[in-house]
This record gives sequence, C-alpha cells and structure tokens, in this order.
Amino acid sequence: MARSRVPTLPKLYDYVLSDACYKVRLLLSLLGVPYTSVAVDFFPGREPEGEAFRRINPEGDLPVLEDDGVVLRDAQAILVHLARKHDANWLPPGNRWLDFAGADMAALSQARLVSLLGLPGDLATLRKAGRRALRDLEDHIGDRQIAGFDWVETDRATIADIGLFPHVALSHDAGIGLEDYPALNLWQRRVRKLPRFVGMPGIPDYF
Amino acid sequence: MTLTPDQAALDQWYVLGALRDFPSGKTRSTRLLGGDIAVTRRDDGIEVVGEGRALPVRTNYDHLWTTFGTPARDLFSLPEAAEPDRRWIHCGGVHVRASGLRLIENFLDLAHFPYVHTDILGSEEKPEVAKYEVEQRRDVDELWATKCEFFQPKAAAASDEGQISQYMYRVVSPFNVMLYKTPPTAPNRWDVIALFVHPLDEIESVAHPFMLVIDDTSSDAEIIQFQQMIFLQDKIVLENQRPLLLPLQPGRETPTRADLSSVLYRRWLKEKALTFGTEPRTDLA
Repeated sequence: MARSRVPTLPKLYDYVLSDACYKVRLLLSLLGVPYTSVAVDFFPGREPEGEAFRRINPEGDLPVLEDDGVVLRDAQAILVHLARKHDANWLPPGNRWLDFAGADMAALSQARLVSLLGLPGDLATLRKAGRRALRDLEDHIGDRQIAGFDWVETDRATIADIGLFPHVALSHDAGIGLEDYPALNLWQRRVRKLPRFVGMPGIPDYF
Repeated sequence: MTLTPDQAALDQWYVLGALRDFPSGKTRSTRLLGGDIAVTRRDDGIEVVGEGRALPVRTNYDHLWTTFGTPARDLFSLPEAAEPDRRWIHCGGVHVRASGLRLIENFLDLAHFPYVHTDILGSEEKPEVAKYEVEQRRDVDELWATKCEFFQPKAAAASDEGQISQYMYRVVSPFNVMLYKTPPTAPNRWDVIALFVHPLDEIESVAHPFMLVIDDTSSDAEIIQFQQMIFLQDKIVLENQRPLLLPLQPGRETPTRADLSSVLYRRWLKEKALTFGTEPRTDLA
C-alpha cells in the first residue's frame, strides 16, 4: 500500500529582533522556500534559556530549524543546510567569511543586545571588537571591488554574504554608524537589491 | 549629565521598569532625568534612592514608578487593569537614542502607519487620516484623541485580514501614553496598549510597551514579537529625527490637520512650562 506523504514545511523557531534568525528568514525568502515559524519570547521572557526550550536546543539559543526530521541549530549551519538542499549556487567556495559571520561578528551581535535591550555586557569592549570586525570586512570588500568582484567569496552572492549582512545592516542598533565604511555601504545596497530580499525591524525595505 | 533643574519634569511620575526587572536582594542602577537612581528590592519592599535620598515609590500595574518632585496628582488610573479577562503583557524595555517626548509624539501619530509600518498598521494605498477629535480634560489633566479610524492590513498579532481600526489616545502625563484600539477578536471592547517612557536623560530613553489585551488566539510570544516589531520600525525613524529635542517654538515644524493630537500635546507641554527634552527656544524673552 502506497503511503501518502504529506510534505511538512520547515519550522523555524524565531525571534523577530534576532539578527541570527533574520539570516535564516532572509535566505528562506531568497530561495523562495515556504516555512512556518514559532514565535519564541527571547526578550523579555528569556524563553530560550528555559527548561522547555532546552529540550529543543540544549544550547538555549536561537535560531532552530526543524527540517526533514532533523533539528538544526546555529544560523550558519542552517544556511549551509538550506543552500545544499535547495540551490547549491548559494554555497561559497570557502568557509572563511561564513565563519567570520558566526565568530567575529558575535561582538556586534552582543553589543546590539546590550545597547538595544539593556542586556548585561561591557558595551565599550564589545563595540571596539565590533568595529574591528567591520573594518576587516570593509577592507576585504574594498579589495574585492578593486579586483572586480561584488561579493565576499566569489562572483555571486552566497550564504557568506547573507550571514554577514544582518550584522552590517543592524550596526546602528549597537550605536555604530556606517559612515566610515563606504565599501560596506555599497555592498549592503547590492544585498538589498537581490530578488525576494526581505528586511526586518531596523532594516527597512526602502533604502 | 546631571539631574535636570526643570521643575515641571521633576514633578511627574516615571516608570523605571516592570517589577520583575528588579529581582529580590539585588540593587540595580539606572538614571532618570539625568540623575542617578539605585533600586533595591527586598522581601519586604522596594526602595528607590535618587541623588542620595529616598524617593516615593508606586508599584501599580506591575511596574515600578518614582518621582524626584511633588506630582500634582497620584499615578494615573487604568480601570482596565481591574478587568479579569485581560491578559497583561510586558513587551520589555527597549533603549532609544531620542527624546522621550519624541517617542510619545510618534505614538500619537496615525499618519506614519502606511510608510513606517507598511502592510501592517497601514497601507500605502490608503494613507488618509480621517478627521478625529482632540480634547484636554482639565479635571484629570489628560489629553484625549477620539474617533480615530484607520485602515490596517494587520492590526494586531491575531489579525487574519485587514480591518478599519477604531482608536482612542490618552496622554496621562508628558511621558506616559496609552491607546485604546478595537481588537480583531472582540469588536465591542478596547485593547489597551500603553507606552511608558523612562527618560534616562534628554536624548536617551527606555520605552516600556505594556498591553492589556483581549486575545484568545495568540501566544504571549506572538503578541510581544508583534509589538516589538512595530516598535523597532519606529525606533529607526525616532533616532534619525532632527532636531533631536522636541521643538516647541512656533515655525520650527509645520503641523498638518492629521497632527492635531501633536499640536495639542505641544501646547499642553508649553502650558506646563516643561523644557526637559525640548529644544531651547529663542523666541521668548
């Protein structure tokens, strides 16, 4: 007997203000993949740190994507999974800048939570590390432009660009303006022009 | 920055946060009107010390309130807080680099819905602000805007479709405001959405959105995210508004018919001679 298979949509445990969740929402939109989402009270409820949510993700963190019966954690890992599954053109030839999005950009992410939501943290130190990360990316993209490339890893947009974009576009939430980063400004305009681009609160669709 | 000398600003009640933001046995430091504040929660109560002296404390509506001065009235009334079927939702304090008065004024504004909250609280096809009424209720010293109507594609977390929302606005003090709005699920009642503004100094504020809603369908997380999404869309505009401080001088900003509530709000601030968070005037002797 043939079993009818009801396709289940990927399920994103989501927080609307999270830069990491936005990476996933943005790629899902660019890929044109429908999904369902579950709102998680990251702030003020701190729900991810609670016992119930830790059964979904022991790290107590967002985003989490349930897809094909697999539970994926960490935004960068989710981006790789989605690109592999739906369109390998989004995979970068190397991991350097995708790793950078997860590691070096974490300071900006933290600075934003301290500055925006008043969560604990040393804002001056975080901002300093965040500016350093923006400077490194600015220099890299500037070099790429001189070499004739628009994107961080290759001649097309990849998940490395998607993983980096939210941190750059939301830096004003951390109290860091982009006046000193002209290459980043041009690059983020290119990201915004990608077909099916979506913004988030703090990243208006108009620009 | 030091504590403001503005007596009109000092003589008001201010929110310092939701009560649950102050865990027992701990002291938390913050600022209010440029002055330093320390809040200590003990099992037997809560103490607020500002500029070295104990300040008055109120704990109404699940929030902590204080004042540096002598308010003419006790804290405002919120009768809906006594209705048992309402859900109390704390949306969390969000920091905004803007004058608290700008936050209140933005909250009162209907005209920005289609452009800042596109396809949520307004639609670019229907940007018109219909005529509404404003009044200053002198007995309670509150401002009201009534008979406000606006077409909203997604009026609330529980909305499935667009609706013409009815609104009333109520400004209970210069930094505290609430709106009453028809909920998608109970058209004969009013949801209450309050915005309590904690001004750290003239150009930095913490906004505490607080809701008393009738909604059987949405989870707390969904309602909070909806409200935070709206507020963060406003934040980017608020932080880029110039002048940074609210101008009260005639001619500095030109209101239109849709800005009636803002006109009344500014007139009321002038009447109170409140200057904290406002642009220095050059037209006065």
